[in-house]
Amino acid sequence: MAEINRDDVAHLARLAHIDMYDDELDRMAGELAVIVDSVKSISEVAGDDVPATSHPIPLSNVFREDVVGATLTNEEALLGAPDNADGRFRVPAILDGE
Amino acid sequence: MTAGTDEVLSFDEAMEKYDPVLGFEVHVELNTRTKMFSSAPNAFGDVPNTNVTPVDLGLPGVLPVVNGVAVESAIKIGLALNCSIAEKCYFARKNYFYPDTPKNFQTSQFEDPIAYDGSIDIELADGTVFTVEIERAHMEEDAGKLTHVGGSTGRIQGAEYSLVDYNRAGVPLIEIVTKPIEGAGARAPELAKAYVAAIREIVKNLGVSDARMERGNVRCDANVSLRPHGREQFGTRTETKNVNSLRAVEHAVRYEIQRHAAVLDSGTPILQETRHWHEDTRSTTSGRPKSDADDYRYFPEPDLVPVVTDEAWIETLRASLPEPPAERRKRLQADWGYSDAEFRDVVNAGVMTSIEDTVAAGVGAVAARKWWMGEISRRAKLADVEPSELGVTPELVVELQGLIDAGKINDKLSRDVLDGVLAGEGTPAEVVEQRGLAVVSDDGPLLDAIDGALAAQPDVADKIRGGKIQAVGAIVGGVMKATRGQADAGRVRELILQRLGVEG
Amino acid sequence: MTDLTRFSADALSRKLASKEVSAVEVTQAHLDRIDAVDGAINAFLHVNADEALRVAAEVDRARAGAETLHPLAGVPIAVKDLIVTRGQPTTAGSKILEGWQSPYDATVVSKLRAARMPLLGKTNLDEFAMGSSTEHSAYGPTRNPWDLDRIPGGSGGGSAAAVAAFEAPLALGTDTGGSIRQPGAVTGTVGVKPTYGGVSRYGAIAMASSLDQIGPVSRTVLDSALLHEVIGGHDPQDSTSLTDPVGALVEAARRGEVEGMRIGVIKELQGEGYQAGVLTRFQEALELLRSAGAEIVEVSCPNFRYALGAYYLIMPSEASSNLAKYDGVRFGLRVVPDGAPTIERVMGATRAAGFGDEVKRRIILGTYALSAGYYDAYYGSAQQVRTLIQRDFAAAFEQADVLISPTAPTTAFKLGEKLGDPLAMYLNDVATIPANLAGIPGLSVPGGLADEDGLPVGIQFLAPARQDARLYRVGAVLEALLEESWGGPLLSRAPEITEIAGGK
Repeated sequence: MAEINRDDVAHLARLAHIDMYDDELDRMAGELAVIVDSVKSISEVAGDDVPATSHPIPLSNVFREDVVGATLTNEEALLGAPDNADGRFRVPAILDGE
Repeated sequence: MTAGTDEVLSFDEAMEKYDPVLGFEVHVELNTRTKMFSSAPNAFGDVPNTNVTPVDLGLPGVLPVVNGVAVESAIKIGLALNCSIAEKCYFARKNYFYPDTPKNFQTSQFEDPIAYDGSIDIELADGTVFTVEIERAHMEEDAGKLTHVGGSTGRIQGAEYSLVDYNRAGVPLIEIVTKPIEGAGARAPELAKAYVAAIREIVKNLGVSDARMERGNVRCDANVSLRPHGREQFGTRTETKNVNSLRAVEHAVRYEIQRHAAVLDSGTPILQETRHWHEDTRSTTSGRPKSDADDYRYFPEPDLVPVVTDEAWIETLRASLPEPPAERRKRLQADWGYSDAEFRDVVNAGVMTSIEDTVAAGVGAVAARKWWMGEISRRAKLADVEPSELGVTPELVVELQGLIDAGKINDKLSRDVLDGVLAGEGTPAEVVEQRGLAVVSDDGPLLDAIDGALAAQPDVADKIRGGKIQAVGAIVGGVMKATRGQADAGRVRELILQRLGVEG
Repeated sequence: MTDLTRFSADALSRKLASKEVSAVEVTQAHLDRIDAVDGAINAFLHVNADEALRVAAEVDRARAGAETLHPLAGVPIAVKDLIVTRGQPTTAGSKILEGWQSPYDATVVSKLRAARMPLLGKTNLDEFAMGSSTEHSAYGPTRNPWDLDRIPGGSGGGSAAAVAAFEAPLALGTDTGGSIRQPGAVTGTVGVKPTYGGVSRYGAIAMASSLDQIGPVSRTVLDSALLHEVIGGHDPQDSTSLTDPVGALVEAARRGEVEGMRIGVIKELQGEGYQAGVLTRFQEALELLRSAGAEIVEVSCPNFRYALGAYYLIMPSEASSNLAKYDGVRFGLRVVPDGAPTIERVMGATRAAGFGDEVKRRIILGTYALSAGYYDAYYGSAQQVRTLIQRDFAAAFEQADVLISPTAPTTAFKLGEKLGDPLAMYLNDVATIPANLAGIPGLSVPGGLADEDGLPVGIQFLAPARQDARLYRVGAVLEALLEESWGGPLLSRAPEITEIAGGK
């Protein structure tokens, strides 16, 4: 199985939207390598005939009636917002304004 | 990246060299009362961030619960697209960060969509039928709405900041994905439009979506690639987003074919990317390239349990489906005995349902078509409305036709009666009465007019007496003129022949 | 006057019912205790004195008016700060949620309110429940009441320490890999992880959705049963919530018998890696149970050796997705870097500043395990191992009614001892994790003090899914036998905090 190196961590940090400095990347790469090494044995344990379990207790068809319930007011919705304007959540520009 | 400055080849030239291959991802917003995973109202146009619960804002601690009606709608769509319905399927998380996506993942389906392997027949304007294979239809949720502020014209480029409204976040969506569509050739743009129109018609007919494209209820992403004639292997495709009207679908596909052809002709490879459609310039611009950044890290949604279907449930839903639009058209054409051309005209004029209702109310198919394609369509055009919106009910047509059949009015008078009714003068019978439009049926005044006409054209009268019965038309014309059209032409003819002692 | 904080919830309930004490007196006694000792313990992140006293006063008024009250009405409780509460902050032990107030209550909190239990406040935890020592809290570690230089376990160290230090008779915890049971073990308290789905997760801030479960924290088995019955039961807002009735847990705890019960010793959860003093107390517990009429059998769960590996793939995978919502858009911290940053950069900076190292480590690990090319080898394989572990349990429960093991391999270690070695920290959960992977219930009861360090040891019982009552039955028996051998509760042997804090 693949080693996990600094570039991998940098890529993963970008995917996860967490800024990381160089020293952090190095440290994280070292720690993750140890962890990954210790867990990788599990990839050889189960044969193809073993099904995956995604839910510990098997249930199916849990549905809601299509009935409108209580909603938040605009004030409640925006109460925890770091920034808002015109009843909406305000966020910085999405693209660089080059 | 704003202006469509790309080179394009003429469409004909592109077609001389290349075969287009199409693919569509159509998102249909369901018209359920509540959202896919929360009990917030699924409503359009309300005050921002009021149709939301903690679930729709992705607040800490919230959990989704599936809307059962949305699942049934998904199955209905699958059945209408002749798909197989999964015995067991899971929801999955599609992980990506974007401010309109409250949890920074979209709850969707991945490996096992609820419906798969279907097909629909698409009829082009000239009657050619094209079968489009459906790869899958799966359930997912819509994102919130971003408004870009500052910069120019509300576009994302150059905006100072953006505002997010999560009212639309979590609205149930069904994404319908086709298999690659080959062999359309120069009909590709037309097919694209017809395909999306057919999907729209199907979901509207099922009653599961309002299907209003201008509101984004039906949205199309169009995939286009070209390959040189004779080559098996597909070319690199682009995906054009935001194509949200039927006309735009047609134009976007045509434009991308022309643009691809120019790029290929110049010897450069096509870049696999998303393109954005601009209605104003009728062109596409580069979106963002597909890359390993598109690692959505799908995994089964642990907060939702699988949907398991059985024969009984599916058959109950199947039995509830309305007749498919294409089959309904076939049946009606056969019932009414219209020619292909006549029927196509009826469909294109949007009066098929009106005719169906009128026939059901008791008017013959031929007369019903004459009404709806003739006088009613003509008036609708003048008023710039759809014929069905003019206010003419099937019952009104029944009454008008009844008056004609009973000889009380003739075709020409019936138009005046229709005008009167539309002008609010009352029922057809009342209009006839008030406007004095009844055909003259008292033989006394008619006989006077006939005698007058015969006297005026003695040579014609002689010819008729001599057996040239077809000459009677000239006398009838004289009588009609004398009665200002208010006589029943049939009765006039009968009386003339009686008068002259000739057997009709 | 007797110190009201020393009574069990059951005893308080009876004193309240007989009006021997008032709810205000009970609540005030606990608030006073928090005032006195929490400076040393740091179990509470927020103390909710005003509301708690208001609710207590309402209970007293209602009781004076002869209203029918829930048996636990007026018995105060602390809530792990991973569970959302209106009117109090909820931080999940993270800077990213500092100051955030939920606009809704978790289902379990609504149930506490319905039972009219005063909420004393919110307890400390490892950030987003990620840890086994409570050292990963952004608000400083909680200290073990047995030795202030030692960890109280984690992630629910705050709830366990609050109960062990008599700051609250009851608390709520959450258990993803042992976060209720392991703190129970190292603080000499009782902690129960119910069957997955037995208690609603709505309003519990998700770490790993398929593993998380809310459960009771207390000083006695009966008290946990009392609280479990309040918080358990079906919740339509949690799709994974079981529809089964809660069951007669209190009755099971009161009846407490093991005559004829087969108790399976899990071969793989002892021996190497387990502290000698832990194993000695464990063997004594087995002997006591045998003497009470239980049949002790050995069972083998060969796949448990892969449990930790599977857990450290599944848990971070789900966590990486669950924690994506903390992005500075809708709630919580927003960090704006210099210049005119895009939202993308704001998200990156916010998450970098708001999350601690352990959270980042798990997010990165989970992102890795789910990413393209690794999914099958990591996440997929881990889910298969999960199946194997379930099969091991199924086989074991063929031979035994309940299973038994030490709760944690060691007693409480020193603060800072394992902070630099994540893997060593993860090994604390080796005995508790299998239950989370399989969804089965587990309970930890105090098993005495280890000879070498005089610190508490925990004994864990596991039962088949939905058989939580068995845990209370057998747990109550062992508790009674041990207390009889000790001549009183284990916690009566704990040092007085004011003294050890003062002597530092």
